[in-house]
Order: sequence, then structure tokens, then C-alpha cells
Amino acid sequence: MKDLTEDQIERAAKLKGMGTSRKRVEDVRFTQGKGNYVDDIKLDGMLFGDFVRSPYAHARVKSINIEEAMKVPGVVAVLTAKDLEPLSLHWMPTLAGDKQMVLADGKVLFQGQEVAFVVASDRYAAADAVELVEVDYEELPVIVNPFEALKSDVVLREDIKDETSGAHGPRNHHNHIFTWTEGNEAATEQAIDSAEVVAEEMVYYHRTHPCPLETCGTVASMDKVTGKLTVWGTFQAPHVVRTVASLLSGIEEHNIRVISPDIGGGFGNKVGVYPGYICAIVASIVTGKPVKWIEDRMDNLMATAFARDYWMKGRISATKDGKITGLHCHVTADHGAFDACADPTKFPAGFFHICTGSYDIPAAFVKVDGVYTNKAPGGVAYRCSFRVTEAAYFIERMIEVLAIELNMDAAELRRINFIRADQFPYQSALGWEYDSGDYHTAWDKALKAVDYEGLRKEQAQRIEDFKAGKTRKLLGIGLTHFTEIVGAGPVKNCDILGMGMFDSCEIRIHPTGSAIARLGTISQGQAHATTFAQILATETGIPADSITIEEGDTDTAPYGLGTYGSRSTPVAGAATALAGRKIRAKAQMIAAYLLEVHDDDVEWDVDRFSVKGAPERFKTMKEIAYAAYNQAIPGLEPGLEAVSYYDPPNMTYPFGAYICVMEVDVDTGQWDIRQFYALDDCGTRINPMVIDGQVHGGVTEALAIAMGQEIAYDDMGNVKTGTLMDFFLPTAWEVPNYTTDHTVTPSPHHPIGAKGVGESPNVGGVPAFSNAVHDAFRAFGLRQSHMPHDHWRIWKIASDLGLHA
Amino acid sequence: MSKMHIKLTVNGQEHEMLAEPRELLIHTLRERLNITGPHIGCETSHCGACTVDLNGKSVKACTVFAAQANGAEIKTIEGFAGPDGLHVLQDKFREHHGLQCGFCTPGMITRAYRLLQENPNPTEEEVRFGMAGNLCRCTGYQNIVKSIMAAAAEMNTAKEAAE
Ligand code: FES
Ligand code: FES
Repeated sequence: MKDLTEDQIERAAKLKGMGTSRKRVEDVRFTQGKGNYVDDIKLDGMLFGDFVRSPYAHARVKSINIEEAMKVPGVVAVLTAKDLEPLSLHWMPTLAGDKQMVLADGKVLFQGQEVAFVVASDRYAAADAVELVEVDYEELPVIVNPFEALKSDVVLREDIKDETSGAHGPRNHHNHIFTWTEGNEAATEQAIDSAEVVAEEMVYYHRTHPCPLETCGTVASMDKVTGKLTVWGTFQAPHVVRTVASLLSGIEEHNIRVISPDIGGGFGNKVGVYPGYICAIVASIVTGKPVKWIEDRMDNLMATAFARDYWMKGRISATKDGKITGLHCHVTADHGAFDACADPTKFPAGFFHICTGSYDIPAAFVKVDGVYTNKAPGGVAYRCSFRVTEAAYFIERMIEVLAIELNMDAAELRRINFIRADQFPYQSALGWEYDSGDYHTAWDKALKAVDYEGLRKEQAQRIEDFKAGKTRKLLGIGLTHFTEIVGAGPVKNCDILGMGMFDSCEIRIHPTGSAIARLGTISQGQAHATTFAQILATETGIPADSITIEEGDTDTAPYGLGTYGSRSTPVAGAATALAGRKIRAKAQMIAAYLLEVHDDDVEWDVDRFSVKGAPERFKTMKEIAYAAYNQAIPGLEPGLEAVSYYDPPNMTYPFGAYICVMEVDVDTGQWDIRQFYALDDCGTRINPMVIDGQVHGGVTEALAIAMGQEIAYDDMGNVKTGTLMDFFLPTAWEVPNYTTDHTVTPSPHHPIGAKGVGESPNVGGVPAFSNAVHDAFRAFGLRQSHMPHDHWRIWKIASDLGLHA
Repeated sequence: MSKMHIKLTVNGQEHEMLAEPRELLIHTLRERLNITGPHIGCETSHCGACTVDLNGKSVKACTVFAAQANGAEIKTIEGFAGPDGLHVLQDKFREHHGLQCGFCTPGMITRAYRLLQENPNPTEEEVRFGMAGNLCRCTGYQNIVKSIMAAAAEMNTAKEAAE
């Protein structure tokens, strides 16, 4: 690229295009309380829906009596499975090819399951009536452990008990869902059998929940006059919701309008389709009135969308000087009562097979067994691209365990096994093609930034002091080098309910040179209105401040698969850039006509086309836009619009190096994060301020997960962490300041080289925190201890290691 | 249930209504008065999304009955921006990227306002402690703390200039 002149730099700065920390346009509304979230929507005559939920984790529903509930003033209807059955809506298909009860059909399978739906004039009346619905339950044996489920005679899913095959192939037990494998088993076993060193470990990634600050909700409004159904809701994929609603209800798709208004955080929680949405729609059709349903926090934590719950049994082999030769993993995946995992159809374990991580491992094999238990369904990608967090945690723990086995420094072990920069594009043993990376550079930069050697010396001294009785605090250095896989995905192998995972952008340039662009994605706080305008500003030369971005209304936005799995930038961002280039291509012809030269004789110049060799002869985008509407240009249609549907040729592979330095108090189990350094390489950086914000937020969610957050059940299947009293969300008081850093390795196949960043900090953060805890106790013999590392569990580690004696 | 006569002054405007004694202030604000800036994130006093300023104190409107607030002066996020534009806290949250999805923001700013009334010159630690009743799932707090510190500095400079 030619160096820009001063004039060009000045013009480029005015655009606030890619690479600038443009302030967010969303904030003017949000800081004044002028957001429009689903619970803010109010329609004339609107009714309010609420659920009767099961107190039992497994029980037969013998009868439901709604008589008393119907007497409550304001109550309009109480729906049960019987009412939904004639519409075939008492069950619904899940994203994972299973089906799920919308309302209890003969039995309940997890605590908090939806049993009846009360519709009333306001939320107080609805709550009163919920109390008065009498349900007669007969308790059944409860299974909350997936290993037990596979041995038990108790049949959880009676509806499919005789089916020997499910959506993902054969089932080998009535509580078994699928077995899924990838890689070369024979070669992997052979590598492990013949290895000089083998480390084996069970790595458990506990069940947790995305818990966005806004819960899920919807307002459904059936207009009986026009026959049009409008549904507002907390949908991370509004277009897919429309298609599903049409298929389920039989209402033609053009007669359904789905709108995702402002969304108060999603983190995967708002990808799924929940019974509340279906019930609100049915209730609106039945009553002819708009119906609102908003979860409360307990409903949210108990019933919608858990994440993780993976038991990962690993074996990793290496030469005695540390070169890894093989990796084997068998996952027992607890999917709860229905398989409602949000994964692309062909991948029942998501992209878990990215579990060779950042390392060049010649032979690898994974096998995943999905299992039913009496827990809530879900299995969403909580700030993660489809089981990538589980994969990263698994490999980053296995590396640490191998380092112990080899008696080697874990940083060095990583370094000698990294995929080298010259190996990209790299074919992994589990079938992925990594697009680009430079792991050694990132790693060295990270180690230097934290003075890794100095830290190790300090740690050694600390251990001495501890042994000498001078301190009761240990120092842990948590290392992680993660590789993500995001941007699902190529339509040839990624779909959701049959819908290919492309994305889209449609641009209209107005006559006066400002613009509106609409996308198939939907922001839940990721600043799309700000950053997509930046991409367009750079591509079209129209200032970002003159571009409106709109998403989330299926009547106006082009079809897209939505926002999750860090796919907005890799997929919709690419569509945006390419739509911008189409605009530019037409603009070039218009400019050439206006300048009376041949198309090839003009060149792009920041915000204009100028005559080659005569930059003083030019037409700005503003002038070109006007001409597009007011001049008859031979051979060209009037107007200046473009649309692009982008099917990515490959995923993108962001990576990063995270280091956490943590003090742990051996006697109280309390921890203190002294330093957290996060280096991210997400390819081309669109808005550094927004990227930093994503990293801060993602690392904080990782801290929560690693250090205390879990959805825990007792043996009866009671949720023990169903309120924010028990479910750990860190406050400003517990969270440290993070240091962010970056390298830039653009994606070679993405139009602007961007890879996506939203989920990296969660993927990398969890192992960094967990490894810090483990590392603090490594010298005393700790190999593996399950998350979350709350104070009690850390105290227990110390106690089990005899450090309290 | 017999209804009670309740009078509230919200952002300088008086409202009178009849409400059941069990009606929560957050519902009164959001559903009756259409003041939807304060949000509901938990209804159990944990998240702070519903924070309003009531008679000069930060309260969580999800755990106050409207009847308890009878006669009170209430300030919500809607009462911050003036004819000259954004309140300095709103402006600093924007400048320092102190928000993402925006769901916690009304409560955050309303709480931060009271914190700075009580302690105009807080240390970072005091800000973190003083804001611990307000949860944010998006930002990791780093930029929220920065925004509040910057607002404090600017408010103090403005005060000095005025004196
Ligand atoms: S809604 Fe009031 S504290 Fe959460
Ligand atoms: S900005 Fe989303 S919860 Fe704070």
C-alpha cells in the first residue's frame, strides 16, 4: 500500500472507520434510560403470562386442576398440555434434533419444568393464580449423575424408550442420546501405547449458566384482522425464530414479524427457543390479545439454557523431552432432560474437536457420549463458540498435567509444541484447517510482559517461606494459550434447523450521501451499530456518523442466522465489507461517467474516486450518491444500493495468551488476583475500545465460572443455586483491573482479515484462572481439582494436601 | 385487596394513584408511570438494575413497596440529562465505554450519582466498594470504575471553578 498523504490521513480520520476507537452511538440512548428492552414494550389490552413449574425433578403428573386459579380476578386462561395438543404444540423440536415438552405431558423431568401457563390481566393476578393451580404429582426416582444414568433401569424419556437411534445415530441405552467421534482412534491408541510418557486425567467442566442481566422474555401479538403475528423477544437469532414459528404454527412466514428489540446481554442464553415463547404466541392467538411473558431470575437459572457439564477423560502422550505425540478424549456429556443443545446440526458436540488447541499433535481422537439426566435442558454456548470453552479448558489442563508428569516448566512445554507460524494453514488431526496464527510471537510477548522468569523466582521463594512458616499464602501463575474456532460457518457443513449459517448485509445510500445498512445479526451489547458502520465507512468513504445500522426486525432486515458463537464479525462483518465493495464498484462507474473518463482511469481515494495521475479531478462519494439518483447514466440503473449474503469459506481461528497471577490463602481458601494479562489476536481490529471492553467482560465471566459460579443440584434434583444469592456473579469489588494487549495476524480468507473476539476472553480466561489455582499447589502435589474453585474448595485442596497440619 | 392512596414525586413531577399495598415501587414506576429506565434483573435486591434515588438514598425499587415510598422524592435515570445535554456521569460512561448492553446502566449511573454526593472524592477502592450492589454482566467493571472516577474529577473541577 502506498503511504497516505497528509490530506488523505485527515480525510480518513473524519470517516471514523476501521481501527479507530469510535465512541458508541448506542450510548446516548442507553445512558438516559431510553433503551427499548422487551419488558419495556406495552401494548393496548396486553395480558401477562406466568408458569406453574414443577417442584420435582422427576414425577408423574397425575392431574391438573385449574378451577381455583380461574376464579382469580383478572385471570383469562390457564393452558396445559391438553390445550396445546390439538395444535401439536405440547412438544416442540429442539435445536439438537430432539423434542422437548412445552408443557408437562404426563410427567416432569427436571425441577422448574413448565407445567401450566397462566394468562392474566397483570403480573400480580398471574402470580396469584399460579399459586392456585393444583397439580397432583407422583414422585419418581431421580438421576442427576450421567454415569449413573447410563447404568440405571429408570427410564427418563419414556416417549423414546424403544428408539434405538436418535438424531445423531445409534443409542445404546434408554438414557443415552448419541455417540459422536472424530479422529483416528487406532493411530491415537498406538501413539499413546508406544509413548515414553503418558498423563491421564478426568477433567470436569461443571454446569453453569450464562445469566445475562436481562432474563428471557417475549411479547406476542396476533392481529386477528390482518392475520399478522408480531413477536418481540430476547432472540439472538430473530430470523430463525420466524422460520421456526412459521413451521410450527402453520402461519405463512410473511405473516410473521419477529423483532429483537434491545437485548440486555445474551451470552448464549437467548439462542434457544423456550416454552415461554410458544405459550405466549398460543395465548395471543387464543385470546386475540397481546401476551407478555418475562422470566424471573429463578425461572431463568432453573429452566433456560445451562452451559457446559462435560466430564472429559483425557490421555495425552509425549516423548520424554516433551514433544506431544497423541491425545485421546472421552466426554460424558450431561444434556439434561431434553437434548436442546444449541449446536450446528451436524455437530452434536459442537466444535469440541478443536481440543488439540494451539499444539501440533500428530494423532488425536475424541468420543462424546450424550446422556439424559433429570436436569434442565440447554447446553448453550455461554460466551463460547459451541463447546470451544470446554475444549480449551480440557487441553490447557492436560498440558499442565503433562508438565507435572514430565517435571517440566509448563510455559516451555507449550512453546515446544505450538504449531509454528510457517505451518499455517494448518490441518489438525481432528479435521480443522486453522487459517492463520503466530503463537510463538504472542507467547514470548506475553511471558516478557509479566516477567515470567521473575514470577517463577518469586514463587520459588514463596514456597520456601511457606515451608519455613513465614507465610500462609501461596502464589499461582496460571498460563493459557488458547485457539478458538468461530464464525460458523460454511453452509456446506454448518446449519441450524436446516438453515445454512451464512449472514447478510443490505445497504442503501441516500441521495445526500448518508446511508442505512441492515444486517441479519443482532447486538446484545457488542456495539454493532457502532462497529459495522466503521467497516462501511472504510469501504465506502461515507463517514460512520452518517450511517445508521439496523438489525433485529425480520420485516426489514435481510435473512441471517444471528449473533452467537462470535460469528457477527467473521460472517456478517464480511457481508458488510462485500456489500460496501459492491457500492464502491457502482460508484466507480458513476464517477467515471461524471469525470468523462473510462472506468479504469479512476481510482479509489479514501472517500472519493479521482482520475489516475490527476488527483485534483475527483468526485466524492457524496457527489456520486447524488448523481446516482438525479442523473440518467447510460447503461446504469438509478439508485445506489447493494446486498451481500456471505457464506464463509472457512471458520476463523482467533487465539491468545493469558496469564493470571493469583495469591491463595491456604487457611481460608480466599484468593486474590494480583495481575491478569490478556493478549488477544483477533486479526484485523475494527474498534480497539470495543475489543478491550469485550475482553474485560469476557474475562470477568471467566473469573465467575472458574472461581465460584455453578448450577448445582442435590441428589433429589433440587437446584441449589437458583437465585443470585447462591449463583456467583462477581461485583466490582471482586474483580481486578486487567491488562490487555494484542498481536495482529489477519485471517487470510476474510475480506477485512477480522476474526471475532467476543468469546475469546471466556475461552482463555477460565483455564488461566483454574491453572493459577492448580499452579499454586503444584509444588505440594496437586494434579487436578474440579472447578469452581470457591473458597471452600480451595481450602479443601489445602486440607487434602495436608497443608493445615 | 383494598387500595391505598399514594403520592410520589418522580423527577420533579407529582403523581397520585391508588395501588394495592403489595405493589412494588419498580412496577409502579415501570408499568403505571412508564418510567422504564430502571430495569428488573432479579427482584431479590441483588443486581441493582432497579436502583433509584429515594429521598436522597440509593434504593432497590424491586424491594420497596410503592406504599412505603408514599410522599417521597424519587429520581430515576430519566431525571439526569438536562437542557444542556447529558449529565456528566452519562457523558463519562459514554466516553470511557462504561456500558455494553446498557441494561445495568440506569441503575449504575443512579447509584454512582448518590455515591459521589456522599463521597465526592472517592478512591478507586471506594468506588468499587460503593458500587458493589450493582451487577454488570458485560463490562467487567473496569470501565465503569474509570467512568465514575472521571466524572468525580470533572464534577470537582466544575465545583472549584464555581467557588
Ligand atoms: S431487580 Fe432490584 S436488585 Fe435486581
Ligand atoms: S452493560 Fe450489560 S449488564 Fe452492564
